[in-house]
Amino acid sequence: MKMITAVIKPFKLDDVRETLSNLGVQGVTVSEVKGFGRQKGHTELYRGAEYVVDFLPKVKIEVAISDEMVESAVDAITSSAHTGKIGDGKIFITTIEETIRIRTGETGAEAL
Amino acid sequence: MSPELIEVKYALDTFYFLICGVLVMWMAAGFTMLESGLVRTKSTTEILTKNVALYSISCVMYLVMGYAIMYGGSAGGYLPDIWFGNIISNSTAEEVIASNGDTYYSGASDFFFQVVFVATAMSIVSGAVAERMKLWSFLLFAVILTGFIYPMQGMWKWGGGFLDAAGFQDFAGSGVVHLCGATAAIAGVILLGARKGKYTSDGKVNAIPGSNLPLAAIGMFILWMGWFGFNGGSELKVSDIGEANAVADIFVNTNAAAAAGLIAALVTSQLLFGKADLTMAINGALAGLVAITAEPLAWTAGYASIIGAIGGIIVVFSVLFMDKIRIDDPVGAISVHGVVGIWGLLAVCLSGNEDATLMGQLTGIVVIFAWTFVTSMIAWFIIKSVIGIRVTEQAEDDGVDVSECGLAAYPEFVNK
Repeated sequence: MKMITAVIKPFKLDDVRETLSNLGVQGVTVSEVKGFGRQKGHTELYRGAEYVVDFLPKVKIEVAISDEMVESAVDAITSSAHTGKIGDGKIFITTIEETIRIRTGETGAEAL
Repeated sequence: MSPELIEVKYALDTFYFLICGVLVMWMAAGFTMLESGLVRTKSTTEILTKNVALYSISCVMYLVMGYAIMYGGSAGGYLPDIWFGNIISNSTAEEVIASNGDTYYSGASDFFFQVVFVATAMSIVSGAVAERMKLWSFLLFAVILTGFIYPMQGMWKWGGGFLDAAGFQDFAGSGVVHLCGATAAIAGVILLGARKGKYTSDGKVNAIPGSNLPLAAIGMFILWMGWFGFNGGSELKVSDIGEANAVADIFVNTNAAAAAGLIAALVTSQLLFGKADLTMAINGALAGLVAITAEPLAWTAGYASIIGAIGGIIVVFSVLFMDKIRIDDPVGAISVHGVVGIWGLLAVCLSGNEDATLMGQLTGIVVIFAWTFVTSMIAWFIIKSVIGIRVTEQAEDDGVDVSECGLAAYPEFVNK
Protein backbone atom coordinates (compact mmCIF):
# COMPACT_ATOMS: atom_id res chain seq x y z
CA MET A 1 0.00 0.00 0.00
CA LYS A 2 1.27 3.46 -0.90
CA MET A 3 0.21 7.00 -0.10
CA ILE A 4 0.49 9.35 -3.06
CA THR A 5 0.62 13.00 -1.99
CA ALA A 6 0.44 15.44 -4.86
CA VAL A 7 0.65 19.25 -4.62
CA ILE A 8 -0.92 20.73 -7.75
CA LYS A 9 -2.22 23.94 -9.25
CA PRO A 10 -5.72 24.56 -7.84
CA PHE A 11 -7.46 24.89 -11.21
CA LYS A 12 -6.20 21.42 -12.21
CA LEU A 13 -8.06 19.67 -9.38
CA ASP A 14 -11.12 18.71 -11.42
CA ASP A 15 -8.97 17.21 -14.21
CA VAL A 16 -6.92 15.18 -11.73
CA ARG A 17 -10.02 13.93 -9.92
CA GLU A 18 -11.54 12.81 -13.20
CA THR A 19 -8.51 10.84 -14.40
CA LEU A 20 -8.13 9.19 -10.99
CA SER A 21 -11.79 8.20 -10.98
CA ASN A 22 -11.48 6.75 -14.46
CA LEU A 23 -8.58 4.70 -13.18
CA GLY A 24 -10.78 3.19 -10.47
CA VAL A 25 -9.35 5.03 -7.48
CA GLN A 26 -11.87 4.67 -4.61
CA GLY A 27 -11.10 7.77 -2.58
CA VAL A 28 -9.16 11.02 -2.49
CA THR A 29 -8.54 13.55 0.29
CA VAL A 30 -8.14 17.19 -0.79
CA SER A 31 -6.77 20.15 1.18
CA GLU A 32 -6.22 23.81 0.30
CA VAL A 33 -2.62 24.64 1.14
CA LYS A 34 -0.08 27.42 0.67
CA GLY A 35 3.63 27.15 0.08
CA PHE A 36 6.59 27.92 -2.10
CA GLY A 37 8.84 25.87 -4.33
CA ARG A 38 11.17 26.93 -7.10
CA GLN A 39 8.42 29.16 -8.44
CA LYS A 40 8.82 31.31 -5.27
CA GLY A 41 6.16 33.97 -4.68
CA HIS A 42 5.13 36.84 -6.89
CA THR A 43 4.63 40.60 -6.50
CA GLU A 44 1.29 42.38 -6.47
CA LEU A 45 0.44 46.08 -6.48
CA TYR A 46 -1.86 47.93 -4.08
CA ARG A 47 -2.38 51.69 -4.27
CA GLY A 48 1.00 52.22 -5.88
CA ALA A 49 2.99 50.07 -3.43
CA GLU A 50 4.37 46.68 -4.51
CA TYR A 51 4.21 43.77 -2.13
CA VAL A 52 5.42 40.18 -2.31
CA VAL A 53 3.08 37.23 -1.96
CA ASP A 54 5.49 34.65 -0.53
CA PHE A 55 3.22 31.64 -0.35
CA LEU A 56 1.15 30.66 -3.32
CA PRO A 57 -2.13 28.79 -3.00
CA LYS A 58 -2.02 25.13 -4.07
CA VAL A 59 -4.20 22.09 -3.65
CA LYS A 60 -2.86 18.97 -1.95
CA ILE A 61 -4.44 15.62 -2.81
CA GLU A 62 -3.77 12.41 -0.93
CA VAL A 63 -4.57 9.03 -2.44
CA ALA A 64 -4.05 5.69 -0.67
CA ILE A 65 -3.76 2.84 -3.20
CA SER A 66 -2.41 -0.66 -3.67
CA ASP A 67 1.20 -1.09 -4.91
CA GLU A 68 0.25 -2.25 -8.40
CA MET A 69 -1.79 0.91 -9.07
CA VAL A 70 0.96 3.38 -8.12
CA GLU A 71 2.51 3.71 -11.54
CA SER A 72 -0.75 4.31 -13.39
CA ALA A 73 -1.95 6.74 -10.70
CA VAL A 74 1.27 8.74 -10.94
CA ASP A 75 0.93 8.80 -14.72
CA ALA A 76 -2.66 9.97 -14.42
CA ILE A 77 -1.78 12.81 -12.04
CA THR A 78 1.29 13.85 -14.01
CA SER A 79 -0.58 14.02 -17.29
CA SER A 80 -3.69 15.75 -15.98
CA ALA A 81 -1.93 18.31 -13.72
CA HIS A 82 0.70 19.17 -16.31
CA THR A 83 0.88 22.62 -17.91
CA GLY A 84 4.62 22.72 -18.61
CA LYS A 85 4.92 26.04 -16.75
CA ILE A 86 6.83 26.51 -13.50
CA GLY A 87 4.65 25.80 -10.46
CA ASP A 88 2.97 22.60 -11.68
CA GLY A 89 3.75 20.97 -8.33
CA LYS A 90 5.19 17.70 -7.04
CA ILE A 91 4.21 14.12 -6.22
CA PHE A 92 5.51 12.32 -3.13
CA ILE A 93 5.10 8.58 -2.56
CA THR A 94 5.31 7.00 0.88
CA THR A 95 4.67 3.52 2.21
CA ILE A 96 1.59 2.91 4.32
CA GLU A 97 2.14 0.56 7.25
CA GLU A 98 -1.47 -0.28 7.84
CA THR A 99 -4.98 0.77 6.78
CA ILE A 100 -8.11 0.21 8.83
CA ARG A 101 -11.68 0.84 7.70
CA ILE A 102 -13.41 2.33 10.70
CA ARG A 103 -16.91 1.05 9.89
CA THR A 104 -16.04 -2.64 9.58
CA GLY A 105 -12.60 -3.00 11.12
CA GLU A 106 -11.18 -4.47 7.88
CA THR A 107 -7.41 -4.00 7.51
CA GLY A 108 -4.78 -3.96 4.79
CA ALA A 109 -5.56 -3.71 1.05
CA GLU A 110 -9.15 -4.81 1.79
CA ALA A 111 -9.68 -1.53 3.60
CA LEU A 112 -8.52 0.71 0.73
CA MET B 1 -51.05 81.38 -6.19
CA SER B 2 -54.17 79.53 -5.16
CA PRO B 3 -54.10 77.87 -1.72
CA GLU B 4 -54.46 74.45 -3.37
CA LEU B 5 -51.41 75.06 -5.53
CA ILE B 6 -49.40 76.24 -2.53
CA GLU B 7 -50.39 73.10 -0.63
CA VAL B 8 -49.40 70.79 -3.47
CA LYS B 9 -46.07 72.54 -4.02
CA TYR B 10 -45.36 72.44 -0.27
CA ALA B 11 -46.11 68.72 -0.17
CA LEU B 12 -44.00 68.04 -3.26
CA ASP B 13 -40.98 70.03 -2.09
CA THR B 14 -41.14 68.48 1.38
CA PHE B 15 -41.39 65.03 -0.15
CA TYR B 16 -38.44 65.73 -2.47
CA PHE B 17 -36.39 67.02 0.47
CA LEU B 18 -37.14 63.93 2.56
CA ILE B 19 -36.35 61.49 -0.24
CA CYS B 20 -33.05 63.26 -0.89
CA GLY B 21 -32.33 63.00 2.84
CA VAL B 22 -32.97 59.28 2.67
CA LEU B 23 -30.47 59.01 -0.19
CA VAL B 24 -27.86 60.87 1.87
CA MET B 25 -28.64 58.66 4.88
CA TRP B 26 -27.83 55.68 2.65
CA MET B 27 -24.35 57.13 2.09
CA ALA B 28 -23.63 55.89 5.63
CA ALA B 29 -23.96 52.39 4.19
CA GLY B 30 -21.63 53.37 1.36
CA PHE B 31 -18.93 54.59 3.72
CA THR B 32 -19.39 51.50 5.88
CA MET B 33 -18.92 49.10 2.95
CA LEU B 34 -16.08 51.10 1.40
CA GLU B 35 -14.16 51.23 4.66
CA SER B 36 -14.75 47.62 5.64
CA GLY B 37 -13.53 46.57 2.19
CA LEU B 38 -10.30 48.55 2.46
CA VAL B 39 -9.21 47.41 5.93
CA ARG B 40 -7.86 43.99 6.91
CA THR B 41 -10.20 41.23 8.03
CA LYS B 42 -9.00 41.61 11.63
CA SER B 43 -10.27 45.24 11.72
CA THR B 44 -13.65 44.64 10.12
CA THR B 45 -15.98 44.33 13.10
CA GLU B 46 -14.48 47.45 14.63
CA ILE B 47 -14.86 49.60 11.48
CA LEU B 48 -18.46 48.43 11.17
CA THR B 49 -19.12 49.27 14.83
CA LYS B 50 -17.56 52.70 14.37
CA ASN B 51 -19.74 53.43 11.35
CA VAL B 52 -23.06 52.35 12.83
CA ALA B 53 -22.25 54.16 16.10
CA LEU B 54 -21.01 57.38 14.53
CA TYR B 55 -24.16 57.65 12.45
CA SER B 56 -26.29 57.29 15.56
CA ILE B 57 -24.16 59.69 17.61
CA SER B 58 -24.40 62.26 14.80
CA CYS B 59 -28.18 62.02 14.88
CA VAL B 60 -28.38 62.47 18.65
CA MET B 61 -25.82 65.28 18.93
CA TYR B 62 -27.32 67.22 16.05
CA LEU B 63 -30.70 67.02 17.75
CA VAL B 64 -29.32 68.00 21.16
CA MET B 65 -27.25 70.98 20.01
CA GLY B 66 -25.84 70.83 16.47
CA TYR B 67 -28.95 71.99 14.64
CA ALA B 68 -29.56 74.79 17.17
CA ILE B 69 -26.00 76.09 16.73
CA MET B 70 -26.09 75.84 12.94
CA TYR B 71 -29.56 77.12 12.15
CA GLY B 72 -30.78 78.81 15.35
CA GLY B 73 -29.68 82.19 14.07
CA SER B 74 -26.54 84.25 14.52
CA ALA B 75 -26.84 87.97 15.11
CA GLY B 76 -23.11 88.68 14.83
CA GLY B 77 -22.28 86.07 12.21
CA TYR B 78 -19.67 84.40 14.44
CA LEU B 79 -21.43 82.95 17.49
CA PRO B 80 -24.80 81.20 17.49
CA ASP B 81 -27.87 82.70 19.14
CA ILE B 82 -28.81 79.34 20.64
CA TRP B 83 -26.41 76.65 21.87
CA PHE B 84 -28.71 73.84 22.92
CA GLY B 85 -32.15 72.48 22.29
CA ASN B 86 -34.50 71.07 19.74
CA ILE B 87 -35.51 73.87 17.38
CA ILE B 88 -37.41 71.73 14.87
CA SER B 89 -40.68 73.46 14.05
CA ASN B 90 -43.21 72.95 11.31
CA SER B 91 -45.36 75.78 9.99
CA THR B 92 -49.14 75.48 10.22
CA ALA B 93 -51.26 75.30 7.08
CA GLU B 94 -52.42 78.90 7.62
CA GLU B 95 -48.83 80.14 7.91
CA VAL B 96 -47.75 78.29 4.78
CA ILE B 97 -50.64 79.65 2.73
CA ALA B 98 -50.14 83.15 4.13
CA SER B 99 -46.46 83.01 3.08
CA ASN B 100 -47.66 82.60 -0.52
CA GLY B 101 -44.97 80.08 -1.39
CA ASP B 102 -42.05 81.53 0.59
CA THR B 103 -42.32 78.67 3.08
CA TYR B 104 -42.16 75.69 0.75
CA TYR B 105 -40.99 72.75 2.86
CA SER B 106 -41.56 71.40 6.34
CA GLY B 107 -39.20 72.44 9.12
CA ALA B 108 -38.75 68.86 10.19
CA SER B 109 -37.73 67.87 6.67
CA ASP B 110 -35.01 70.51 6.86
CA PHE B 111 -33.70 68.99 10.10
CA PHE B 112 -33.75 65.54 8.55
CA PHE B 113 -31.81 66.67 5.49
CA GLN B 114 -29.21 68.47 7.61
CA VAL B 115 -28.72 65.69 10.15
CA VAL B 116 -27.66 63.18 7.52
CA PHE B 117 -25.05 65.67 6.28
CA VAL B 118 -23.29 65.84 9.62
CA ALA B 119 -23.16 62.02 9.64
CA THR B 120 -21.43 62.17 6.26
CA ALA B 121 -18.76 64.52 7.60
CA MET B 122 -18.09 62.21 10.54
CA SER B 123 -17.95 59.11 8.29
CA ILE B 124 -14.97 60.65 6.53
CA VAL B 125 -12.95 60.55 9.75
CA SER B 126 -13.52 56.88 10.53
CA GLY B 127 -11.79 55.53 7.42
CA ALA B 128 -8.65 57.61 7.89
CA VAL B 129 -8.01 56.48 11.47
CA ALA B 130 -8.99 52.84 10.84
CA GLU B 131 -7.28 49.79 12.33
CA ARG B 132 -5.38 51.43 15.21
CA MET B 133 -7.61 53.86 17.10
CA LYS B 134 -9.45 53.04 20.32
CA LEU B 135 -13.13 52.70 19.59
CA TRP B 136 -14.40 54.84 22.48
CA SER B 137 -11.87 57.58 21.85
CA PHE B 138 -13.16 57.79 18.31
CA LEU B 139 -16.78 57.88 19.45
CA LEU B 140 -15.96 60.60 21.99
CA PHE B 141 -14.51 62.66 19.18
CA ALA B 142 -17.66 62.01 17.14
CA VAL B 143 -19.67 63.66 19.93
CA ILE B 144 -17.49 66.79 19.77
CA LEU B 145 -17.34 67.06 15.98
CA THR B 146 -21.02 66.50 15.33
CA GLY B 147 -22.24 68.53 18.31
CA PHE B 148 -19.89 71.49 18.07
CA ILE B 149 -17.06 71.65 15.51
CA TYR B 150 -19.16 70.91 12.41
CA PRO B 151 -22.22 73.01 13.36
CA MET B 152 -20.11 76.11 14.11
CA GLN B 153 -18.46 76.28 10.67
CA GLY B 154 -21.75 75.19 9.12
CA MET B 155 -23.44 78.17 10.76
CA TRP B 156 -20.76 80.50 9.38
CA LYS B 157 -21.76 79.46 5.86
CA TRP B 158 -25.22 77.90 5.66
CA GLY B 159 -26.57 79.48 8.85
CA GLY B 160 -26.02 82.95 7.39
CA GLY B 161 -22.78 83.69 9.26
CA PHE B 162 -19.67 85.65 8.27
CA LEU B 163 -18.43 83.22 5.59
CA ASP B 164 -21.71 83.58 3.77
CA ALA B 165 -21.40 87.36 4.08
CA ALA B 166 -17.84 87.15 2.70
CA GLY B 167 -19.20 85.65 -0.52
CA PHE B 168 -17.92 82.12 0.05
CA GLN B 169 -19.74 79.77 -2.35
CA ASP B 170 -20.31 76.15 -1.33
CA PHE B 171 -23.48 74.73 -2.84
CA ALA B 172 -23.71 71.30 -1.21
CA GLY B 173 -20.63 71.17 1.00
CA SER B 174 -17.24 70.48 -0.62
CA GLY B 175 -16.00 72.70 2.20
CA VAL B 176 -18.59 72.60 4.99
CA VAL B 177 -18.95 68.80 4.86
CA HIS B 178 -16.01 67.24 3.02
CA LEU B 179 -13.10 69.54 3.83
CA CYS B 180 -14.32 69.72 7.44
CA GLY B 181 -14.40 65.92 7.81
CA ALA B 182 -11.03 65.47 6.11
CA THR B 183 -9.40 68.16 8.25
CA ALA B 184 -10.64 66.54 11.46
CA ALA B 185 -9.23 63.27 10.09
CA ILE B 186 -5.79 64.67 9.33
CA ALA B 187 -5.52 66.15 12.83
CA GLY B 188 -6.38 62.73 14.26
CA VAL B 189 -3.93 60.87 12.04
CA ILE B 190 -1.09 63.26 12.96
CA LEU B 191 -1.55 62.50 16.66
CA LEU B 192 -2.33 58.83 16.08
CA GLY B 193 0.53 57.80 13.78
CA ALA B 194 0.60 55.20 11.04
CA ARG B 195 -0.49 51.58 11.26
CA LYS B 196 2.29 49.30 12.49
CA GLY B 197 4.42 48.17 9.58
CA LYS B 198 3.02 50.65 7.06
CA TYR B 199 6.27 52.59 6.77
CA THR B 200 9.73 51.16 7.38
CA SER B 201 12.74 53.10 8.61
CA ASP B 202 14.44 52.93 5.19
CA GLY B 203 11.63 55.04 3.76
CA LYS B 204 9.73 52.20 2.14
CA VAL B 205 5.93 52.25 1.95
CA ASN B 206 4.45 48.82 2.59
CA ALA B 207 1.15 47.88 1.03
CA ILE B 208 -1.52 46.73 3.48
CA PRO B 209 -4.10 45.38 1.02
CA GLY B 210 -7.80 45.74 1.74
CA SER B 211 -9.58 42.55 2.62
CA ASN B 212 -12.65 42.76 0.41
CA LEU B 213 -12.64 44.71 -2.83
CA PRO B 214 -16.19 43.69 -3.83
CA LEU B 215 -17.44 45.47 -0.68
CA ALA B 216 -15.33 48.52 -1.51
CA ALA B 217 -16.79 48.61 -5.03
CA ILE B 218 -20.40 48.39 -3.87
CA GLY B 219 -19.60 51.01 -1.22
CA MET B 220 -18.54 53.34 -4.03
CA PHE B 221 -21.76 52.78 -5.95
CA ILE B 222 -23.87 53.37 -2.83
CA LEU B 223 -22.05 56.66 -2.23
CA TRP B 224 -22.44 57.61 -5.89
CA MET B 225 -26.18 56.95 -5.66
CA GLY B 226 -26.52 58.79 -2.35
CA TRP B 227 -24.75 61.78 -3.84
CA PHE B 228 -27.75 62.53 -6.06
CA GLY B 229 -29.59 63.31 -2.84
CA PHE B 230 -26.61 65.18 -1.44
CA ASN B 231 -26.27 67.57 -4.38
CA GLY B 232 -29.79 67.32 -5.80
CA GLY B 233 -31.44 67.91 -2.44
CA SER B 234 -29.27 70.96 -1.82
CA GLU B 235 -31.27 72.75 -4.51
CA LEU B 236 -34.00 72.57 -1.78
CA LYS B 237 -36.88 72.81 -4.24
CA VAL B 238 -38.25 71.02 -7.30
CA SER B 239 -41.82 72.26 -7.66
CA ASP B 240 -41.64 74.62 -10.61
CA ILE B 241 -40.17 74.31 -14.07
CA GLY B 242 -37.04 76.33 -13.34
CA GLU B 243 -36.27 74.37 -10.18
CA ALA B 244 -37.05 71.02 -11.79
CA ASN B 245 -34.65 71.84 -14.62
CA ALA B 246 -31.99 72.85 -12.12
CA VAL B 247 -32.40 69.59 -10.18
CA ALA B 248 -32.10 67.58 -13.39
CA ASP B 249 -28.97 69.50 -14.37
CA ILE B 250 -27.47 68.78 -10.94
CA PHE B 251 -28.16 65.05 -11.29
CA VAL B 252 -26.55 65.00 -14.74
CA ASN B 253 -23.50 66.99 -13.63
CA THR B 254 -23.03 64.95 -10.47
CA ASN B 255 -23.10 61.73 -12.47
CA ALA B 256 -20.80 63.09 -15.17
CA ALA B 257 -18.20 64.27 -12.66
CA ALA B 258 -18.13 60.90 -10.90
CA ALA B 259 -17.78 58.96 -14.15
CA ALA B 260 -15.01 61.22 -15.43
CA GLY B 261 -13.24 61.08 -12.07
CA LEU B 262 -13.22 57.30 -12.12
CA ILE B 263 -11.88 57.08 -15.67
CA ALA B 264 -9.22 59.71 -14.98
CA ALA B 265 -7.99 57.91 -11.85
CA LEU B 266 -8.02 54.53 -13.60
CA VAL B 267 -5.96 55.83 -16.53
CA THR B 268 -3.61 57.73 -14.22
CA SER B 269 -2.94 54.59 -12.17
CA GLN B 270 -2.32 52.56 -15.32
CA LEU B 271 0.17 55.14 -16.59
CA LEU B 272 1.91 55.51 -13.21
CA PHE B 273 2.00 51.91 -11.99
CA GLY B 274 1.51 49.89 -15.17
CA LYS B 275 -1.64 48.38 -13.66
CA ALA B 276 -5.29 49.48 -13.48
CA ASP B 277 -5.70 50.03 -9.73
CA LEU B 278 -9.30 49.40 -8.63
CA THR B 279 -9.00 51.21 -5.30
CA MET B 280 -7.64 54.29 -7.06
CA ALA B 281 -10.52 54.14 -9.55
CA ILE B 282 -12.97 54.03 -6.63
CA ASN B 283 -11.23 57.02 -5.04
CA GLY B 284 -11.41 58.71 -8.44
CA ALA B 285 -15.19 58.43 -8.66
CA LEU B 286 -15.57 59.82 -5.14
CA ALA B 287 -13.08 62.58 -5.95
CA GLY B 288 -15.18 63.55 -8.97
CA LEU B 289 -18.23 63.72 -6.70
CA VAL B 290 -16.48 65.82 -4.06
CA ALA B 291 -15.10 68.16 -6.72
CA ILE B 292 -18.52 68.91 -8.22
CA THR B 293 -20.29 69.28 -4.86
CA ALA B 294 -19.23 72.91 -4.38
CA GLU B 295 -21.01 73.93 -7.61
CA PRO B 296 -23.04 71.17 -9.29
CA LEU B 297 -25.39 73.53 -11.15
CA ALA B 298 -23.61 76.33 -13.00
CA TRP B 299 -21.58 74.05 -15.27
CA THR B 300 -22.63 72.31 -18.45
CA ALA B 301 -22.19 68.54 -18.25
CA GLY B 302 -19.02 68.67 -20.33
CA TYR B 303 -17.32 71.09 -17.96
CA ALA B 304 -18.60 69.11 -14.97
CA SER B 305 -16.82 66.08 -16.45
CA ILE B 306 -13.58 68.02 -16.71
CA ILE B 307 -13.85 69.21 -13.09
CA GLY B 308 -14.46 65.61 -11.99
CA ALA B 309 -11.62 64.26 -14.12
CA ILE B 310 -9.15 66.74 -12.66
CA GLY B 311 -10.33 65.63 -9.22
CA GLY B 312 -9.67 62.01 -10.24
CA ILE B 313 -6.12 62.82 -11.33
CA ILE B 314 -5.43 64.90 -8.20
CA VAL B 315 -6.58 62.12 -5.91
CA VAL B 316 -4.06 59.55 -7.23
CA PHE B 317 -1.12 61.89 -6.74
CA SER B 318 -2.48 63.02 -3.39
CA VAL B 319 -2.73 59.43 -2.09
CA LEU B 320 0.91 58.84 -3.09
CA PHE B 321 1.95 62.16 -1.55
CA MET B 322 0.24 61.36 1.76
CA ASP B 323 2.27 58.15 1.93
CA LYS B 324 5.44 60.15 1.21
CA ILE B 325 4.81 62.39 4.21
CA ARG B 326 3.73 59.33 6.23
CA ILE B 327 0.09 60.26 6.72
CA ASP B 328 -1.38 56.76 6.83
CA ASP B 329 -4.93 56.93 5.51
CA PRO B 330 -6.13 53.38 4.72
CA VAL B 331 -9.06 54.50 2.54
CA GLY B 332 -7.72 57.73 1.04
CA ALA B 333 -10.34 59.87 2.80
CA ILE B 334 -8.05 62.86 3.38
CA SER B 335 -7.13 62.98 -0.32
CA VAL B 336 -10.65 62.40 -1.62
CA HIS B 337 -12.53 64.76 0.68
CA GLY B 338 -9.84 67.24 1.73
CA VAL B 339 -7.47 67.82 -1.15
CA VAL B 340 -10.11 67.39 -3.83
CA GLY B 341 -12.63 69.35 -1.72
CA ILE B 342 -10.26 72.32 -1.96
CA TRP B 343 -10.03 71.81 -5.72
CA GLY B 344 -13.82 71.79 -5.99
CA LEU B 345 -14.13 75.01 -3.97
CA LEU B 346 -11.52 76.80 -6.08
CA ALA B 347 -13.09 75.53 -9.32
CA VAL B 348 -16.32 77.36 -8.49
CA CYS B 349 -14.54 80.53 -9.64
CA LEU B 350 -14.41 79.07 -13.18
CA SER B 351 -18.02 77.91 -13.22
CA GLY B 352 -19.84 81.03 -14.29
CA ASN B 353 -21.32 81.40 -10.79
CA GLU B 354 -21.19 85.19 -10.71
CA ASP B 355 -21.12 85.40 -6.91
CA ALA B 356 -17.89 83.41 -6.65
CA THR B 357 -14.59 85.21 -6.13
CA LEU B 358 -11.16 83.72 -5.57
CA MET B 359 -10.86 85.75 -2.37
CA GLY B 360 -14.20 84.49 -1.10
CA GLN B 361 -13.31 80.87 -1.84
CA LEU B 362 -9.85 81.15 -0.25
CA THR B 363 -11.40 82.76 2.82
CA GLY B 364 -13.81 79.83 3.17
CA ILE B 365 -11.09 77.22 2.68
CA VAL B 366 -8.70 78.84 5.16
CA VAL B 367 -11.37 79.45 7.81
CA ILE B 368 -12.88 75.94 7.60
CA PHE B 369 -9.45 74.30 7.61
CA ALA B 370 -8.06 76.45 10.43
CA TRP B 371 -11.16 76.15 12.62
CA THR B 372 -11.55 72.42 12.15
CA PHE B 373 -7.85 71.67 12.43
CA VAL B 374 -7.27 73.65 15.62
CA THR B 375 -10.43 72.54 17.44
CA SER B 376 -9.99 68.92 16.33
CA MET B 377 -6.35 68.93 17.38
CA ILE B 378 -7.34 70.23 20.83
CA ALA B 379 -10.12 67.63 21.10
CA TRP B 380 -7.92 64.74 19.95
CA PHE B 381 -5.13 65.94 22.26
CA ILE B 382 -7.37 66.06 25.32
CA ILE B 383 -8.79 62.61 24.52
CA LYS B 384 -5.27 61.30 24.01
CA SER B 385 -4.09 62.74 27.34
CA VAL B 386 -7.04 61.44 29.33
CA ILE B 387 -7.88 58.00 27.91
CA GLY B 388 -5.43 57.58 25.02
CA ILE B 389 -6.32 57.26 21.35
CA ARG B 390 -4.16 54.37 20.17
CA VAL B 391 -4.63 50.71 20.99
CA THR B 392 -1.69 48.73 22.39
CA GLU B 393 0.82 47.13 20.05
CA GLN B 394 -0.46 43.71 21.06
CA ALA B 395 -4.05 44.73 20.28
CA GLU B 396 -2.98 46.02 16.87
CA ASP B 397 -1.20 42.74 16.12
CA ASP B 398 -4.20 40.68 17.19
CA GLY B 399 -6.58 43.05 15.45
CA VAL B 400 -8.87 45.74 16.87
CA ASP B 401 -11.87 43.46 16.25
CA VAL B 402 -10.94 41.30 19.21
CA SER B 403 -9.34 44.00 21.41
CA GLU B 404 -12.14 46.56 21.02
CA CYS B 405 -15.24 44.55 20.17
CA GLY B 406 -14.38 41.05 21.36
CA LEU B 407 -15.67 39.63 18.13
CA ALA B 408 -14.04 38.57 14.88
CA ALA B 409 -15.88 39.47 11.68
CA TYR B 410 -15.06 36.13 10.08
CA PRO B 411 -14.66 33.69 12.99
CA GLU B 412 -14.43 30.66 10.73
CA PHE B 413 -11.26 31.82 9.01
CA VAL B 414 -7.66 32.32 10.08
CA ASN B 415 -6.72 36.01 10.09
CA LYS B 416 -3.15 37.25 9.85
